[in-house]
Amino acid sequence: MLAYLIRRLFAAAVMLVVIVMVVFGIFFLVPKWAGVDVATSFVGKQADPAAVEAIREKLGLSDPIFQQVWEFFKGIFVGRTYAAGGDVTHCAAPCFGYSFRSEQAIWPVLTDRFPVTLSLALGAAVLWLVFGVAAGVLSALKRGTLWDRTAMVVALGGVSLPIYFTGLLSLAIFSYGLGLIDAQYVPLEDSFSGWFGGMILPWITLAFLYAAMYARITRATMLEILGEDYIRTARAKGLKEQTVIGKHAMRSTMTPILTMLGMDLGALIGGAILTETTFSLPGLGQAVLNAIKNQDLPVILGVTLITSVAVLIANLLVDILYAVIDPRVRLS
Amino acid sequence: MTELSKTGAAVGEPTDPTTAGKAFLDVRDLKVHFPTDDGLVKSVDGLTFTLEKGKTLGIVGESGSGKSVTSLGIMGLHTAGQYGKQKARISGEIWLNGTELLSADPDQVRRMRGREMAMIFQDPLSALHPYYTIGQQIVEAYRIHHKVDKKTARKRAIEMLDRVGIPQPDKRVDSYPHEFSGGMRQRAMIAMSLVNNPELLIADEPTTALDVTVQAQILDLIRDLQKEFGSAVIVITHDLGVVAELADDILVMYGGRCVERGPAEKVFYEPRHPYTWGLLGSMPRLDREQQDRLIPVKGSPPSLINIPSGCAFNPRCPYADLPKDNVTRTVRPELTQVGSTHWAACHMSTEQRERIWTEEIAPKL
Repeated sequence: MLAYLIRRLFAAAVMLVVIVMVVFGIFFLVPKWAGVDVATSFVGKQADPAAVEAIREKLGLSDPIFQQVWEFFKGIFVGRTYAAGGDVTHCAAPCFGYSFRSEQAIWPVLTDRFPVTLSLALGAAVLWLVFGVAAGVLSALKRGTLWDRTAMVVALGGVSLPIYFTGLLSLAIFSYGLGLIDAQYVPLEDSFSGWFGGMILPWITLAFLYAAMYARITRATMLEILGEDYIRTARAKGLKEQTVIGKHAMRSTMTPILTMLGMDLGALIGGAILTETTFSLPGLGQAVLNAIKNQDLPVILGVTLITSVAVLIANLLVDILYAVIDPRVRLS
Repeated sequence: MTELSKTGAAVGEPTDPTTAGKAFLDVRDLKVHFPTDDGLVKSVDGLTFTLEKGKTLGIVGESGSGKSVTSLGIMGLHTAGQYGKQKARISGEIWLNGTELLSADPDQVRRMRGREMAMIFQDPLSALHPYYTIGQQIVEAYRIHHKVDKKTARKRAIEMLDRVGIPQPDKRVDSYPHEFSGGMRQRAMIAMSLVNNPELLIADEPTTALDVTVQAQILDLIRDLQKEFGSAVIVITHDLGVVAELADDILVMYGGRCVERGPAEKVFYEPRHPYTWGLLGSMPRLDREQQDRLIPVKGSPPSLINIPSGCAFNPRCPYADLPKDNVTRTVRPELTQVGSTHWAACHMSTEQRERIWTEEIAPKL
């Protein structure tokens, strides 16, 4: 088990280095090859050549590629000093550089926005796990009944309807129409009820989409598991039906669900762009959307790296959980 | 013929309601039908037999003859946990130790499962839960029916593993099913079935998924354990070799019905049904010196939705034209007594069958 863990951790670390290099390559080298000058885009199109040259030197854009990657890496771990002539800027670790547009350091922006996205993802995950899995199990146990068909039609709707539709619909009904909820983001430190009120619609909207997917997967998996011989064995032992389902069948059903959960959470932590935009939540998704619109490369780079790390950690957790759940995994 | 049935006291024939439930296991006119979109599948269609404690009954037949459906029916596993689907239609009577199971409260039957009647399944790898250790699964089986703490139950599990011949049971108790070999898994399965000392043990093809060398060991184990626990055992198999080793009585099933039933030596040495002859002819024998070819039963098992009219075996029976008036294709033969405890369902006269067996069939085997 320990060896398995160490192997997975090592693989994750290697993966991270590779991701940083690839992402760096895409965002700094591709513009260069495509003939887009990063320094010009930083300064602005009508800047005078001297200013562009100064920026180029300050950001080290004329350095060899490997040195640029190295500087970027070093910046993340020990900080970085940008200097050109008399103009010296020190960027403390972890340094992801500065936004081309706002000229703010990237890292504080990320740390400001991360909790918003995290609370959105975690809150929605709790909702979709509870309702999605419960609906899926019930549908499997009542296969072919009115309940099953209704639940699956609703789930089909949940999977097909885009978030900007369900989100706006829920805003129109609950916030503007009925006036039940003030859909305004309030930081948790300011007011719990305000935060909760602002998050409840985004949670439900995001959870609806995922609950629909989870319900379908749960139903399919549960139906498959119920046909397994070991479920018949459990009944032949004289177990109560609730133990057969709740213990023997659920244990096997949870395996694919946990895998999905890890992947989905990892991806969502990088920003639920549609949900955050629909509800004006100041999370990573909104930041990256603005950065893309403004061609703000350092911000895109920063968010992409955070997403990658989140997916990596989620992957790692899933692998570990897998080994905990399924004893057959521990051997390999 | 029904007169004969009523007076056939030796095995307590079905039609006498006064003896219902007198035998330890008394199955009367059991029918298990499954409604499907294509029609009603009559997997078991009127099966009657009795079994006393300490005795072994072998149920033999091809795939789809209703052997497994019968065993699951006795265990009540056709109705437990069949969600949303159209349920099996079960009728008849199943008396176990004086309790009629089909009309009993399902929860009472559940409490009897595992304790009074237990089952060994065909493929022990798929029949054991992959995520729980062997020990956890045996402990669970024990603690459903015994109010004991985990420690006591674990001791009991180790004791049972030791009893079924698993080496180092105190260590192996913490192994997972995938860490066992096929034979060991079946031993563990047997340990789990016997942990509550069930009075009725049903072994459904217990050796089919195993190596030939392991098969004999498992059969020996089942026989030894039966002697030790004095339970009634039903062995379900398509392999006559298996029942030859184990069974006191043999019941041959075809198309969901019993075609021949009797003491093992009678069914083996004086079989009175053409299908039984076919089974014997297609069984490899190591105790005979010369045997050129196995003689297969021609054709394939009948569709359980459209069971042939008359005798279900008539399309495959080489003697179908011997009885007069095309009776084999129009009238379903009932079981008739051909010996004191020996019954067969065939339209041919007993003398006719005796002659065909001794003159035509037996010499070729």
